[in-house]
Amino acid sequence: MAKRKSDFKLKNYVCYILVAVMFLYALVLQMMGKLPKSTSNLFVQIAYSIILAVSLNLVVGFLGELSLGHAGFMCVGAYLGSYIAIALTSHIESKLLVLLISMLCGGLAAAFFGFVVGLPALRLKGDYLAIVTLAFGEIVRTVCKNLPFFGGAMGLSTVAIKYDTRSSTSLYIVAFITVFVVLFLIQNLVRSKHGRAITAIRDNEIAARAMGINVTFYKLFVFVFAAFCAGVAGVIFGHFNTPVLYSKFSFNYSIEILVMVVLGGMASINGSIIAAALITYVNIALQAKLTGDLAALKYLIYALILIVLVIFNNAPRLAPIKEALSPKNLFGRLKKRRPGDVSDDAGEWANIPTKIRMDEILSTDVRPGNEFVPDKEKKAPVKGGPNDG
Amino acid sequence: MADAMLRTENLGISFGGLKAVQDLNLEIRRQQLYGLVGPNGAGKTTVFNMLTGVYQPTFGTFYLDGEELKGKSQEKINHRGIARTFQNIRLFNNMSVIRNVMVGLHNQPEFRCTPAESFLRLPRHFSTEYAMRDRAKEILRIFDLEEERNNLACNLPYGKQRKLEIARALATNPKLLLLDEPAAGMNPYETEDLMRIVRGLRDDYGLTILLIEHDMKFVSGLCDEITVLNFGTVLTQGPTDRALSDPEVIKAYIGE
Repeated sequence: MAKRKSDFKLKNYVCYILVAVMFLYALVLQMMGKLPKSTSNLFVQIAYSIILAVSLNLVVGFLGELSLGHAGFMCVGAYLGSYIAIALTSHIESKLLVLLISMLCGGLAAAFFGFVVGLPALRLKGDYLAIVTLAFGEIVRTVCKNLPFFGGAMGLSTVAIKYDTRSSTSLYIVAFITVFVVLFLIQNLVRSKHGRAITAIRDNEIAARAMGINVTFYKLFVFVFAAFCAGVAGVIFGHFNTPVLYSKFSFNYSIEILVMVVLGGMASINGSIIAAALITYVNIALQAKLTGDLAALKYLIYALILIVLVIFNNAPRLAPIKEALSPKNLFGRLKKRRPGDVSDDAGEWANIPTKIRMDEILSTDVRPGNEFVPDKEKKAPVKGGPNDG
Repeated sequence: MADAMLRTENLGISFGGLKAVQDLNLEIRRQQLYGLVGPNGAGKTTVFNMLTGVYQPTFGTFYLDGEELKGKSQEKINHRGIARTFQNIRLFNNMSVIRNVMVGLHNQPEFRCTPAESFLRLPRHFSTEYAMRDRAKEILRIFDLEEERNNLACNLPYGKQRKLEIARALATNPKLLLLDEPAAGMNPYETEDLMRIVRGLRDDYGLTILLIEHDMKFVSGLCDEITVLNFGTVLTQGPTDRALSDPEVIKAYIGE
């Protein structure tokens, strides 16, 4: 094969750099002995938020399906993973090994639920899928609340496996390494032929089918993989927080993850990382400030962020402002770019289409889940039968 | 006839009692350019939708290269060798031109690469990516789109979008190519260029092509045989010149 010019592009590695900077910052603080417990906690929270946001982005941003049950998958991971970890901790000496095994188990359990929910639900379109995933999240939460061995309404106490973030630092290190692994997998997936198939499904499902892409497989694959990641994030959460309480995994938390995705930009992994870190930080800062009745204000702020972002992204009047603020124009002078040159990279498809497009509404052509259902062939009446004249 | 690439037997479909297409018997020979014409609403696109598995035919069946494909899913039919373009362009708008073609290459056996290999970036991931890119460039060269390969598909002018759709369909390595109004919205020069390309696809790549078109110059310049549909029934079938001069056809198009 002819020699290739190097395909190295810095922006493909920005996500790793972002996470590495956060990680190193925490490490340096710790080595200087200046890592207070609250900050260490913050880093663990940021780590699992990143996993959640990036994996949800795969479903919402790249596949283009709205899932509101991400907290539900996390709930499965958190409960089951922690339960397994508690059971194992008396048998296995190494705390790290217990954590890794429970992460795998929690992830697989969540993936299984992702498969079970996804198989029927992914035949649905848009809002309906959102409703089913939302219902799933609530069901899982309620079931966990009522299972006696999960501690019932008191939550599953994870004191036995909980990491004291002050004395033992391994949790945030493990958490960040997990983030790296998840990012590595997702980045590779997105920048492969499979990622291309996934974005093709998002852009035009009918055309993707006509091109022979196995739409059902890819939808399910992405859904299950995202559920797996959410489960892993849940296990980390279980090792960091005690008790694992059902109320954490409410609908509001799913929305919080979705806000991270929308704030960071659909189909933008780097954006999801920054947004996850930012929102987690703001969240904790607000929690300290807004106490008592004011705590409800937090959700108001999420709603406001969502509304403002949706308007900002979609209002035609704001398009010039958006254009001026786009990174291409802000940093465009830093590097030479040929006009009309669009980079060949998944992360660049920032302007995600909504699922409903005017031309499709107005067209007389078929759409997925088409309105016209062909009649079934009627059995020809048997000649010479008893009813035959 | 053993030589038939596509054969339909009494193919028909009805929606809630409305017979959109009935008793369609087509027989398209290998490497033939076949036209499907008819006034608006005659059921031409519905025929395409049946042949590609978007709709399941209510009556009859069809064979590609001797293999019955009725009842197969869209993906399966594509794998067996029928590729199509759409009347209203359906490109992957937010992907670059070359990526659109690479999606078409997705299922080619020589570009096999499991998700696990992509996840871990094993050597085969890179080799398939490079090979796919090369093949996509070759295909784009046929359509004179190589220069545009890094542009977003939605930024292409209309005529080029039409050509890109055909390029993408060609990438799936079909035996039979269905073109739904390929020349719609093209200027005379673009149409002429497209005729040259379509003929080239038949001669150089051995494709069999079935096309729907309203531009009669395009049809009579390309197709050996045509079928004229009106209200879902076959009006006439046969060699292009004769079929187009059939008084019934003229009546259907412009009235008495």
